Formats: sequence, structure tokens, C-alpha cells
Amino acid sequence: MKTKKLLSFITAAALLITSVTGCSSKTSSEDVKEIKIGAMLPLTGDIATFGQSAKNALELLTEQVNKEGGIDGKTVKFVYQDDENKPASSANVTQKLINDEKVVALVGSIGSTCSIADGPIATENKIPMVTPTSTNPKVTTEGGEYVFRACFIDPFQGTVLAKFASEDLKATTAAILYDVANDYSKGLAEYFKANFEKAGGKVVAYETYNTGDQDFNAQLTKIKSLNPQVLLIPDYYQTVGIIAKQARTAGITATFLGGDGWDSPELFTIGGDAVNKGYFSNHYSPDDKAKEVQDFISAYKAKYNTTPDALAALSYDAGKILLDAIDKADSLDGVKIIEALKATNGTFVSGSVTYDKDRNPVKGAVIIKTENGKQVFEKKVNP
Amino acid sequence: MDFLNFLQQLINGLSLGSVYALIAIGYTMVYGIIKLINFAHGDIYMVGAFIGFYSVTLLKLSFIPTLILAMAGSAVLGVIIEKVAYKPLRNSPRITLLITAIGISLLLENGFRFIFGPNPKPFPEVLPAKIIYLGPIRIGLIQIIMFTVSMVLVLALQFIVYKTKVGKAMRAASFDTETAQLMGINTNNTISFTFALGSALAGAAGVLVGIAYPRIDPYMGIMPGLKAFVAAVLGGIGVIPGALAGGLMMGTLETFTKAYISTKLSDAIAFSILIIVLIIRPAGLLGKKTNEKV
Repeated sequence: MKTKKLLSFITAAALLITSVTGCSSKTSSEDVKEIKIGAMLPLTGDIATFGQSAKNALELLTEQVNKEGGIDGKTVKFVYQDDENKPASSANVTQKLINDEKVVALVGSIGSTCSIADGPIATENKIPMVTPTSTNPKVTTEGGEYVFRACFIDPFQGTVLAKFASEDLKATTAAILYDVANDYSKGLAEYFKANFEKAGGKVVAYETYNTGDQDFNAQLTKIKSLNPQVLLIPDYYQTVGIIAKQARTAGITATFLGGDGWDSPELFTIGGDAVNKGYFSNHYSPDDKAKEVQDFISAYKAKYNTTPDALAALSYDAGKILLDAIDKADSLDGVKIIEALKATNGTFVSGSVTYDKDRNPVKGAVIIKTENGKQVFEKKVNP
Repeated sequence: MDFLNFLQQLINGLSLGSVYALIAIGYTMVYGIIKLINFAHGDIYMVGAFIGFYSVTLLKLSFIPTLILAMAGSAVLGVIIEKVAYKPLRNSPRITLLITAIGISLLLENGFRFIFGPNPKPFPEVLPAKIIYLGPIRIGLIQIIMFTVSMVLVLALQFIVYKTKVGKAMRAASFDTETAQLMGINTNNTISFTFALGSALAGAAGVLVGIAYPRIDPYMGIMPGLKAFVAAVLGGIGVIPGALAGGLMMGTLETFTKAYISTKLSDAIAFSILIIVLIIRPAGLLGKKTNEKV
């Protein structure tokens, strides 16, 4: 008898709680004094430096915009949530930002696997989402109408790297070691392979590992015996550092190549000398003399006392693209904001941005050389 | 050329396998004595790695003191877990113990994540990353040390188990706990000692791995723990030499699969072979078939 009463009480309480959280009210833009934008970023985890850079850039942007009076007189506020670069957590915090924080737009996430998970949630809730750095094409094709990005996509990045390998490094053989469980790594590997072979090169080894693996000796011994001139390691800086070290110990003398996942000072802390004399494709270089770049760098340096990396530049751009669209739309309604986003046409820190039919921007890339523990600008590549 | 490649891969496999062996021995010892699969064992390995990390970065200790401190710390943790979580449940159904073990595992993983943060930490260089050449075969100095330390610890363990009184007590208790108690053996202390030994070995494995693959994080114990458990079962759970053999086999099997069959399917194939071996020999390779006498 007692348990039956307890059970019915719990059921009633549960129903009451769910009915309250189910309600969401759409606030009209007139009586809202601030523009709340959610940012799901990997503030901790295996790409923590990326998330931190993104947050720094968005905070700088918030400061600058609010000092000028905000957008249409409303202050801009970013709400940050940590997704640890785990897709399940990312989907979770995205939902939380939409339901609990009632944000009108989203900036994030950083890793492609997370953004691919977040996109459908944004579109379903009609909340515009701009990812600063996720380069895998699936983010927009699977994400839906409301998902945009501020960076180039991996098919382009793969082409840039393949071209650099065959034309600049004059390599005819390449090996690829990628993370089979990471959409970014996998995509970049595929696009590099396709383009390198189209340019006449031969991919002698196309090996994989799983996220979180520590021992790559089996794959590296295999690759060494095939003697490639170039080894592509399309992963994030933590793993790249470890693979590079093990590769050199295994006796591989090939030049290492990578993508924008390499962009972190920790690459050198972890990889040591093994990551020097390598090349990676990136979205911007601090050596670029363009006005937008130099203005951003001096503002960032003044606030944080360090040169911004591409993650910061792209996050700044993503935030700016979104705020410009909200300003132009003159509304906090998702439908109007995405129309304004589609019509974006401006020059930002990482280059000029106009959107194609898949909501991807057509932009250029830079090749960066790693030398003596530092990044050195090598060349610019236009689409 | 191919034979040299084979030898190189064999070395890779053995050094990887020695880590699995160290962890697997802990699993098998605990199972042998109280018939519990200690799922928290993989996380004790993780704790050992963290103790090693802080010994090197905060206390600035060198290799051997770090190893000893990590082993001691892990042993203490193992004994505490046993006293707090497993001893009170000794007469409960096996499933209760199993669930408790899983709970401790989650507690360790998330507790460490909460205290130390989920960011992977780079293990500083404690041993020089030298390479030793035997002709065209390259062996990392660290790989040799990993293998050697593992073998030394296993030999030490064999000595303890077969040549000391405590070892005799362990063997007696694992054969039949109640009778051992009737014979005057303090089974509680014996069980605690078993946990301490097994955990010390896992802690040593954690430090060795931290040095060899310099990246540690609170979840690093999950996959190696699982593979070591498989290795212990493969070799015959409850049989210490079986755990050693199982560990080395798992390491070499995984490496050869990656080298000669496919890197994508390495885990799938390695575990499939386990299933096949268990179908043919259910007690594991070195396991003894125990007959239940009514």
C-alpha cells in the first residue's frame, strides 16, 4: 500500500516537472534588452587550446561590439558551454543552450564530429548556427538550412595539401595515417588521397587508428617499409605530436603534412623536435599584412598578450558574421537571420566571405611551416 | 626484408603485450582468490600513471623512485578499495560485487576527471628516447625498459607466490577459502595482500605507459583494462603464467593484425580470435578445468 502511494506521488511529480520544462515562449524582439548567443566549445578535453582561443576571440568581439552600443541598442551576450569535443556532450549542451538559456543563435562547435551532431538540433529548433572551424562538408549538408560555417571545407583543404605535396615538395609517394573514428581526420585523408592521386602521385599506405590510441608502432613500422616521401597526419595537435615522435623513432624520414588541427603551441610541447620541418594548411597567418588581420591581432594582443591562432581568428569571424546578419535582419527571428546570413558579403580576418548554395564560404588557405618550435608562413593558396 | 619487418613488428607486439600482461596479472590474481572480476583494475593502472606524472612534475623524482612511488600508491589504493567496497560484500551474490566494481571504476574515472581535469597531460621525458640498433632493427630504449621491468616484476611475483609463506597462503586461499581459514590462515590479510600486489603491478604498468606514450588522461584505463581482462581470460583466468602469456599474445596479435591484415579491423579481429580460442578451450590456454564436486 505504501509503495503504491509513493509510486503515484513520484509519477505525478515527474509529470509536473516535464510539463513545466516543455514550455518555451518566443520573446518578441522589441522587449528584449540583450542578444543572447550560445557558444558550445571544447573548453576542456583533447583540443582545449582550440576552445580557449575561440572563447577569447568571442569575448573580445563582445567587448568591442558592446562598447559601440551593441546591435540595434541591445547588448550582446555570449553564453559559453563546454562540450569537451565529445559529440554526445556537444548535442547535450546545444539542447541546453536552446531550451534553458533561450539563445537566439549559436556559434560552435570546433570539432567537425561535434558540429555534425549539433547541426540537426539547431535546424530543428530554427536557431541559426555558425561553426567557426568545422571543416567537414557533412556539417552543412547534414546539418540543414540553419547551419553555416566561417571556414573552408575539407575537400578544398585536401586539394591544397595534395597540390602542395606534389607541386612544391615534388613528392610522388605519400602515406596517410588517420583516425578512423574522427570525421575531420577521415574526411581530410580521403580528399588528400583523391587529389594526390589525381595529380599523379601514389598513396603507398592508407592506415588507420582509433581515437585515444597511444601506440602507433605497428602502423608506423608498416609505413616505414614502404618508404614514402611524405606522411599525412590529419589529426588534432595532441595525437599528431605523439605520432610524429613515434614515427621519427621508428626511422621514418618523410616530411610530415597536416591540416588546421595542427594549429596549437602545444603541438611543439608534445611533439618536440619531431614536428619541426613539417607543413600544415591553415585558415590565416599572423604574417598577413591585410588591415583586418593586423587590427584583429593588435586588439587580441592588447587583451590577451599573445598572438591569436586561426581558431581565434575564425571564431571572431563567425561571431562577426552572425552579428552582422542579426543587425541586417533587424530581428531575432531565426528565419530572418538565415536570410541575412545567406546574403553575407564582407571581408573578415580570415578572408572574404560569401556563401554558396551549401552555406559554405569560398575562401583561400595558407600553408604554414613548422620550424624551431614556431609557425612560419610559407605561402597563400587561393581557391 | 620481410623477415626483418616481421621481427620489428614482433618487438612492437611484445613491448605492447608486456603492458597488457602486467595489468592482466592483477585481474587474474584477484579472480583466483575471491572470484571477482575487478573492473576497477584498469583505473588503478590510470591512477598509477597519474601518481607517476605528479612524482615527476611536482616532486622531480627520477625513474626508479617514480616507479616505486606509483607502485606503492596503487597498492594502497587497491587495499583501500578492497576494504571499503569488496570486503563488506564478500558473502553477497557475485553480481553485487560485479556492480560495485563497475561503480568504483566510474568513481575513479570521473573523480580523477573532476579533480585533475579531462585534458590529457603530457608526460615529461624521464628516460632518454634512445634507439638501439640490432642491424636494421630499431628498438627504442624505452621499449626495452618496458619489457624488462615487466619481466622482472613477473619473476618477482612468481618468487613471492611460490617461495614465500604469504604466497603459499595466497595459493591456499585461492584453492579453497574456507578450508584455508580452518587451517589457520588469515584470509582477510591474504586477500588484502593479493589486492596490493595486483594493484602495484597495474600501477607500474601505468607509469611505464605514461613514459613510453607520453599522454595520460582519466579515461586511459578503459581500453587497456578491457584488453588486459581479455588477455587474462585468454590465458586462463586465475592462472598467473596464463595472464603473462595472454598479455603477450594479445599484444602481438593486435600488432600483427595491424601490420598484416588491416589497421581498421585490428580490434575486431583480435577479439574474434579470443572468442574462437574460448570456444575451443573454454578455460583459456593454460586454464585448468575445475570439476564441481557435488
